[in-house]
Amino acid sequence: MDTSIHRPMALQETPVILPGHDFETVTETIAEIPLSKRFPLGWVGFLIVALGLLGMLHMALGYLVITGIGIFGTNQPVGWAFPIINFVWWIGIGHAGTLISAILLLFKQQWRMSISRFAEAMTIFAVACAAIFPVFHTGRPWLAAYWLFPYPNVMGLWPQFKSPLIWDVFAVSTYATVSIVFWYIGMIPDMATLRDRATSKIKARIYGMVSLGWRGSARHWHRYEVASLILAGLSTPLVLSVHTVVSFDFAVSLIPGWHATIFPPYFVAGAIYAGFAMVLTLAIPVRRFYGMESLITMRHIDNMAKITLATGLIVGYGYTMEAFFAWYSGSPHERFMMWNRMTGQYAWSYWTLIAINVVMVQFLWFKKVRQNLGLLFVMSLIVGVGMWLERFVIVVTSLANDFVPSSWAHYSPTRWDFMLYAGTFGLFLTAFLLFLRFVPMISIFEVKTLLPQAKVKAEH
Amino acid sequence: MAHTAETTNSLHGVMAEFENAQTLVDAARKTMSQGFTRVEAYTPVPIEELNDIIHKSRTVLPKMVLAGGLAGMATGFALQYWASVLEYPMNIGGRPLASWTTFIVPSYELTILFASLTAAIGMIMLNGLPQPYHPVFNVDRFSMASSDKFFLVIESTDPKFGEATGFLQGAGAKGVYDVAE
Repeated sequence: MDTSIHRPMALQETPVILPGHDFETVTETIAEIPLSKRFPLGWVGFLIVALGLLGMLHMALGYLVITGIGIFGTNQPVGWAFPIINFVWWIGIGHAGTLISAILLLFKQQWRMSISRFAEAMTIFAVACAAIFPVFHTGRPWLAAYWLFPYPNVMGLWPQFKSPLIWDVFAVSTYATVSIVFWYIGMIPDMATLRDRATSKIKARIYGMVSLGWRGSARHWHRYEVASLILAGLSTPLVLSVHTVVSFDFAVSLIPGWHATIFPPYFVAGAIYAGFAMVLTLAIPVRRFYGMESLITMRHIDNMAKITLATGLIVGYGYTMEAFFAWYSGSPHERFMMWNRMTGQYAWSYWTLIAINVVMVQFLWFKKVRQNLGLLFVMSLIVGVGMWLERFVIVVTSLANDFVPSSWAHYSPTRWDFMLYAGTFGLFLTAFLLFLRFVPMISIFEVKTLLPQAKVKAEH
Repeated sequence: MAHTAETTNSLHGVMAEFENAQTLVDAARKTMSQGFTRVEAYTPVPIEELNDIIHKSRTVLPKMVLAGGLAGMATGFALQYWASVLEYPMNIGGRPLASWTTFIVPSYELTILFASLTAAIGMIMLNGLPQPYHPVFNVDRFSMASSDKFFLVIESTDPKFGEATGFLQGAGAKGVYDVAE
C-alpha cells in the first residue's frame, strides 16, 4: 500500500493528488462548484441535450402505456428483448461505483477517494435507469406493484418466491436502497463544509439541513468511520450478489445459451468491466471541464484502465468457456446455439463483441494507450457498446433459434425500442449534470485525509 | 470575549483552535492527562486516535448492525415461508412448498438491507443528529472546523473548568474562544 502522496519521482508514478494541495485548496477546488452562482455555458448546453432525451423517454413511455407492448419489436419466440438487455446493461454499469466505494475501501486503496463520489452517483442513476425497464416492460406499470412486491393485495396473490425474477426484485431494490444510503452517509461531512462556506442564506440553510447539523466531533467521526466500514463491508457481498442474481434470471432457465453455471462470475466481471469503462467515459471529460486534473490524476485514469483490462480478460475467458462448454456438453442444442451465434442470423453481433471485448481491450496493456486520454475516452465508449452487444447476443440469439426450428424467427427492434433506450440516457445525464452542479463531486474530507495536515504520529 | 467567574455558568465551554491534526492530538493528550473530563474535539477529517484519547470507549454500532442483519434474515425467511407455505400454497410439479434453498436469496438481500439501514440510521441517531442547533456554532471561527482548522473544547460542566482557558492558552493553541451556551 502506498501511504505517501509524496512518492519519490523515481518510481515514475503520478501521485493520487498532485503536489501543492493543502486542506484549504482541496476544499476550495471542490466546494466552489456547487456554491458558485454561475451556470457554465457548456453545462447548460449538455443539460439541454439531456432534457431533450429525457423528453423522448417520457414520450416513449407515454406511448407505451397508452398503446401497449405491440410497439416493441419483441415477438415469439423472442419474448425477452430490449427491455431486459437494457436493464442488465444499466445495472451492470452501476457495479463499478460500488466496487470503487466499497471494495476498494476495504482494500485501503487510496486512489479511490477522489473518484468514489461521482462513481457512486453514476451507480444510483444507472440503477434508476435500469429500474424503468422491469416496471414498464409489460406496458402496464401499475401492475408491477403486485407481481414485484410482496404486499397484501386485494386479490390475495403473493409473488412466486421460487423464481429468480423475484430474487432479482429483492437484489436490485436492496442494491438501490443501500447505494443511496451509502452515498448520502458519505456526503454528510461535505454538506457541512458547504453549509459553512455558503455565502447565501438559502444555500447555507439547505446544505445545513442535508448535513443534519454535522459538526465533526471526535465522537461523531468515530461512529461515522465505523458505520462507513460496515456499510462497505455489507455493500461488497451485496454488489457481487446483484449481478449474480441477474444472471440467475437466465441461468436458472433451460434455454441453451442461458443455462450455464459460469454465468454468475462472468456477469459480475462483465458488469465491472462495463462500469469502469463508464467511469472513464465520465471522468475524462469531467476532470478536464472542471479543472480537476490535480485531484483526479493520470494515476486514477491508469488504474481504471487497468481494471477495465483485467475484467475484460475475465469476460474473454467467459466467452471461451461458453464455447467450450457448448462443445464439451455433447448436447446438440448447446452445440447448435454456439454455432448459430458464430454463423447464424446475428453473427455480426457476436463477432463485433469479440472484436471489442476480446481484441480491442488488449490495447490497454500498453501504457501509451492508457495515457492517451482521447483514445481512452473513445475506447471506453466502445466498451459500453461491446457489453451491450454481449447482452444482445445472450438474449436474442438464444431465443430466436431455440429447440424447435419451426418456431424460429427473426427479431428486430422498432424505433420505440431505440427511443426508450436512448431516453434513459436523458434521465442518466440529467441526473448526473444536476449532481455535478449541486453536490461536491469529489469527497472533500476523504481526499483531505491523504494530506500531511491530517497525519498523526503514533504516541511515543 | 473575556469572561469573569460569574458568567462562566452561561458558557458551553472554551474552544481552542489548532493548525493541524498533530498539534490537536498532542493537545488532546495533554488535556486528558491534566485530568479534564468533559472534552470534545472537532476536526475536518476523521482522526482515529482522537476517540481513543478523549472518550476511551467504542461505539455499540456494530452490535446493533448484527442484530439488524439477523432481524432482516428472519424477516425475509418468515415472509417467504408464510406466503409460500401458509397463505398461498401452490403445487408446482410436486415440489415441496417449504423448499428453503430457494428462499436464500431474498433472505440474504434483506439481511444486508436491514443491516445497512441499521448502520446508517444507527450512526445518525447515536450521534444525536439531526441537530439544528449546537453551542459550538456560536463561535465564528468554528466555520473553519469543516475546512482546515482543528478545535478542542473543554465544556463548562468539567469540574476543573476554571483552569480551562489558562491551560488551553498554554497548550499550543492558535486562539482560544469562549463558547456561548
